[in-house]
Amino acid sequence: MPAITVEGLVRNYGQLRAVDGISFSVEKGEVFSLLGPNGAGKTTTIEILEGLRQQDGGSVKVLDLDPWTKGYELHKRIGVIPQGFKFLDYPTPKEAILYYGALFDKKVDPDEMLRRVILEDAANIWFQHLSGGQKQKLGMALSLVNDPEVIFLDEPTTGLDPQARRAVWEVIRKLKNEGRTVMLTTHYLEEAEELADKVAIMDHGKIVAAGTTEEIENKYGSGQKLVVKAKEDLLKFLQENTKLKAEALPNGFLAISLRDKDDALVALGAIEESGVEWGDLTVKRDSLEDVFLRLVGPEGQSEKESA
Amino acid sequence: MAFSLQRMLAELKVYARGNVRSREGFFFTLIFPIILILLFGAIFSGGGVSQVTVYVQNHDNGIASTQFLSALNGTSSDCSSSVSSGLCLKSVPADLNFSQYLSSHSASDGIVIPANFTINYSEKTPVNVTVYGDPASTTSAVVGGTVSEFVNAFNAYGVPGLAHVGVSSQTAVSSNYKYIDFLIPGLVGFAALTSPMFALVNISSTYRRDKVFKLLSLTPLTKTEWLISKIVWYIGTTVVSFILMSLVGVYVFGAHIVVNPGIAMFLVIGPFFFVSLGMLVGTISNSPESAAVVGNLVTFPMMFLSGTFFPVSSMPMYLQGIAHILPLYYMIDGLNNVMIYGNYGPALFDAGILVVLSVIVFALAVRFFRWRED
Repeated sequence: MPAITVEGLVRNYGQLRAVDGISFSVEKGEVFSLLGPNGAGKTTTIEILEGLRQQDGGSVKVLDLDPWTKGYELHKRIGVIPQGFKFLDYPTPKEAILYYGALFDKKVDPDEMLRRVILEDAANIWFQHLSGGQKQKLGMALSLVNDPEVIFLDEPTTGLDPQARRAVWEVIRKLKNEGRTVMLTTHYLEEAEELADKVAIMDHGKIVAAGTTEEIENKYGSGQKLVVKAKEDLLKFLQENTKLKAEALPNGFLAISLRDKDDALVALGAIEESGVEWGDLTVKRDSLEDVFLRLVGPEGQSEKESA
Repeated sequence: MAFSLQRMLAELKVYARGNVRSREGFFFTLIFPIILILLFGAIFSGGGVSQVTVYVQNHDNGIASTQFLSALNGTSSDCSSSVSSGLCLKSVPADLNFSQYLSSHSASDGIVIPANFTINYSEKTPVNVTVYGDPASTTSAVVGGTVSEFVNAFNAYGVPGLAHVGVSSQTAVSSNYKYIDFLIPGLVGFAALTSPMFALVNISSTYRRDKVFKLLSLTPLTKTEWLISKIVWYIGTTVVSFILMSLVGVYVFGAHIVVNPGIAMFLVIGPFFFVSLGMLVGTISNSPESAAVVGNLVTFPMMFLSGTFFPVSSMPMYLQGIAHILPLYYMIDGLNNVMIYGNYGPALFDAGILVVLSVIVFALAVRFFRWRED
């Protein structure tokens, strides 16, 4: 039985259809990442899974429970960090963990919890004085107090510096190693590539692609390319003498599409044969980012850059 | 979803710690009550009261006593318009014990006209009107002076040159009431109103904005536990305000307080009501701005019209009418009854009204307070 099952989920805000009939499932122990530009419907989806919002249509099960009607039961078994995690101004991380422990009736060792999220240095600083990354890490620590089976992380690294982001990733990897199911939304593609077993790309309330990153890259990407620095003469030579597809790139590079291994051998032979001076030979493939930009289009692209 | 004391206490601890650590919390809990009592105690100590309620018991059925009283009462027969003498007369049935009646109405000023007043007056036998009053009270001085003046005029009107109506005075109720005595219950009520109202209206909007309510809804803490922890905290701050104000009142201004268990009753019910009301106001408003406006609309009239800074009985009748529909009036009236007069009957009535209101408002606050989807 999957940890999360979503079928035909619909949610409207007035006239706007924020989530438009999406379906997916997340297996136990998986890190599943919901990707998409701002406004794609990621947070609405995740809040419905957490039981914070009610859906207008479709069915949702988390740990075989309906999140809206069985929220009280479900919340004892899941951990959540909302987007832009904020807390009360005055507790220290240590006090906050003890507070959560009392609420969940769990005996917790705050020092141990803080070590798990690499926050032991800030154990006694008031929340309002913590840095963005430290706040986020406390959010993770609090979401772990009840030893949850499923953890929801809504854009956990937005606004963090690269070091803090790496530290959060480190924690997410630990969670996966502990066998927990992690549902992660992000608009950083690199993050999904680093962490996720499976990815679903959302745009305008719909899932436009889903699968492992490799599957998505293979299905929606343009395959492997041989990139070589050479004069324009080479492009002409290839077009005249081979069936290979090639295009000129900026800065004097040339990209040759490779459909299979034979193409690679033919391409290398042709380059040698052409007698053109060449260098800097690499094999490249479309990254998740290339695919993402192709799928969500220029509107998504501009939103992503501004975020 | 049973009530858990452990969760309630954990929430209380976090909230209390936040209040102790924040400068505003510290100021409003400890410093503000002292400033209030010092300020208003200094401003109003020894101040006069514009209109005085006087209870009248007339044992005489003759025309002379009726004339005497109507002269004393001016042209008006009720207390709503300004009365020429500044006295507001209230009739007491002749068969009741007058002293007891005064004390049960938390009053010290009264006039008793003897049974043979008209006969003696027409026969020109000297007769005395008894004025009850508290020698230390400014209102009693007003009553005594006014009655003497009227007696003189009345004598002159009857038979010139022969004064046969006299005034004898009687001390009513043993305590010396001073303005500061009324100020302490008033300001305790003020503190019980303002801190929880402002805090909860503010919390209900900032917690919603920062998604703290969403976060809490993901824990086993229930809305009822959350709200009760706030009630417990503000009962605590109200008790602290009461102690600080009483100490300053007694030691700086020489206030007179009867310490008794009835006080505790109001120090519990008052915050219970105002925390619930603050939450309800914050909950039904859909934006922080409207919450603040509604909060002020509810809070400010109560702040000034419920007997916080001066006794309601000294306000014009129409304002007294308004005061009687304000919940804070019942807390302050109740505290006056127990702290000053030791009158438990009326105090229980005040407490009863507050309990009923509190239960209703608490239930509404829990019902409408949603911390999941906004």
